[in-house]
Amino acid sequence: MSPNLTYVAVVGVLFAAGVILLLERSLTRVLMGVVLLANGVNVLILSGGRYGGPPIVGTTPDGEMSDPLPQAMILTAIVITLGLTAFLLALAYRSWRLVGHDEVQDDIEDRRIVELAERDAGPEVEDVDDDAEQATP
Amino acid sequence: MPLPVVIPLLGAAVTLMLTRFPQAQRLVSLAALSGVLGVAIALLAVVADDGPRVVAVGAWPVPIGIVLVADQFSALMLVVSAAVTLCVLVYSIGQGMADGGEDTPLSIYHPSYLVLTAGVTTAFLSGDLFNLYVGFEILLVASYVLITVGGTEDRIRAGTTYVVVSLLSSVLFLTGIGLIYAAAGTLNMAQLAGRLDALPDGLRLMLNCMLLLAFGIKAAVFPLSAWLPDSYPTALAPVTAVFAGLLTKVGLYAIIRVETLLFPGGPTRDLLLVLALLTMLVGILGAIPQTDVKRLLSFTLVSHIGFMLFGIGVATGLGVSSAIFYVVHHITIQTTLFLVVGLMERFGGTTALDRLGGLAALSPLLAILFFLPAMNLAGIPPFSGFLGKLGLIEAGAAAGGGLRWALVAAALATSLLTLYAVARVWNLAFWRRPMRTAASGPIEGAALPRLMVGATVALVVLGIALTGIAGPLFDLTGDAAADLLERAPYVDAVRGEGVR
Repeated sequence: MSPNLTYVAVVGVLFAAGVILLLERSLTRVLMGVVLLANGVNVLILSGGRYGGPPIVGTTPDGEMSDPLPQAMILTAIVITLGLTAFLLALAYRSWRLVGHDEVQDDIEDRRIVELAERDAGPEVEDVDDDAEQATP
Repeated sequence: MPLPVVIPLLGAAVTLMLTRFPQAQRLVSLAALSGVLGVAIALLAVVADDGPRVVAVGAWPVPIGIVLVADQFSALMLVVSAAVTLCVLVYSIGQGMADGGEDTPLSIYHPSYLVLTAGVTTAFLSGDLFNLYVGFEILLVASYVLITVGGTEDRIRAGTTYVVVSLLSSVLFLTGIGLIYAAAGTLNMAQLAGRLDALPDGLRLMLNCMLLLAFGIKAAVFPLSAWLPDSYPTALAPVTAVFAGLLTKVGLYAIIRVETLLFPGGPTRDLLLVLALLTMLVGILGAIPQTDVKRLLSFTLVSHIGFMLFGIGVATGLGVSSAIFYVVHHITIQTTLFLVVGLMERFGGTTALDRLGGLAALSPLLAILFFLPAMNLAGIPPFSGFLGKLGLIEAGAAAGGGLRWALVAAALATSLLTLYAVARVWNLAFWRRPMRTAASGPIEGAALPRLMVGATVALVVLGIALTGIAGPLFDLTGDAAADLLERAPYVDAVRGEGVR
């Protein structure tokens, strides 16, 4: 049961492209990344099974059947991915309606706490900065 | 035995049909979840007496079809999760009735909530790795809907992070499944338990890490936990409560299964211990500077995941048993605390610590409701948090070794820091003088809806009752842990089904 080299290459490329897209900020690109990754996984699962004729008793001798189980799993995975794609698209659309873009945003609260910590840490340094800022206009 | 999965799914279908009749929706959801609780308790009673029960779904023989397996561990988790989801449902019904919104987007709330429950029960009962994945997906998809319900800007922002991170973990999990199938030729967990042992060490380690990574994201283990405090606090109070209580614990459940059944005694134990140490400390240090109660609690949630990992990593009978006990305790307590915070938000108009004040004087009931579970979380002696921690620390000390002693120290430090964090909430929100000048200060005469309070009280009482039944409960978790570590009861039960 040695894996087919073509499969391996396809899985590799799909995963690589998926990961790169996933690192983007725009939700639509992230979505594309997820779709590519999911397809990569599907091909990976497929390559894990045995090759052979159609797995129907009577048409193919027992030893030459392909493994039907990965295909069943892929079907399930495809359905799940389809639903999630629709949901993510809706989320991106909603975000675009609300904010005008679909970029994944930072955690605002987190930034506030960092600012608090900075204010606690060095008032003198902050003052200099503030003065400089006030001086410019 | 498939009833805990089927009832909520049916309920979801019916409630979806009844979107125009909120009253009927509530009744159906209540009935469905009460049914699940009843079945779960019955199941626990049966399993505790007779050992694991197995059902082959659709009557397909075992290695081909999917099996549902209930051993003591899963039955116990089922009971706790059913009880908690029921209480949260009552709470959210109370909230819905108090808000009087007949046609708020909440018409979708009940179906999603029931689907979420179905996903959780599927995950707990699944005896097949792929079915576990399906269970995870069911609960995740429902949680995506719940976390973005209403579609406000905040929730979309937080929901986006949550959805993308969860998707990534699902992809990792699925990749792991694909690789395991390629390596072992089966996904039935009982069969895997035998076949994985035969694989070369390096391959086993790789597969093990793949699964740990996927579940680690879901359980919010430290380096993978950054999404949690960001995304949970923005959701509705009952939603946050049930997510905090249950979803991370489903990830932990999966970790326990993987570590005990599939890959026992691998080198990942030490890895888990190190992660537990980091999770505890980083989580609680993150909690201390927070200015929002919900975020603070989210960070303590991350931190206490470390305790359970500690028990799993020690991997002695006592360690795993205490970890299970701690999971039970933590589901209850964390949910309760988030519900109480929901009440605080209702009463004080905000969850920001710098704007809350004097709640103890304004509402002694609320103060008691917060105080008890908060002390329980910190692990003050009479409460179950203390007992769980005691068990963990004993297990760590008994196992010995530098790393374990370091963990014992970290666990103690974390308890103290947790106490500090909740005491800070207590001082600022409850003991301070009421601030009437603030624009969004306490709303005068804001009544707390009776159902919401009732549900919270029920959970607080359940949390305290855990102390009362700690003896029998520890016996139960001890048995469950022994079964888990021995592996044979689980495997034999599934094999026996295959012969039939």
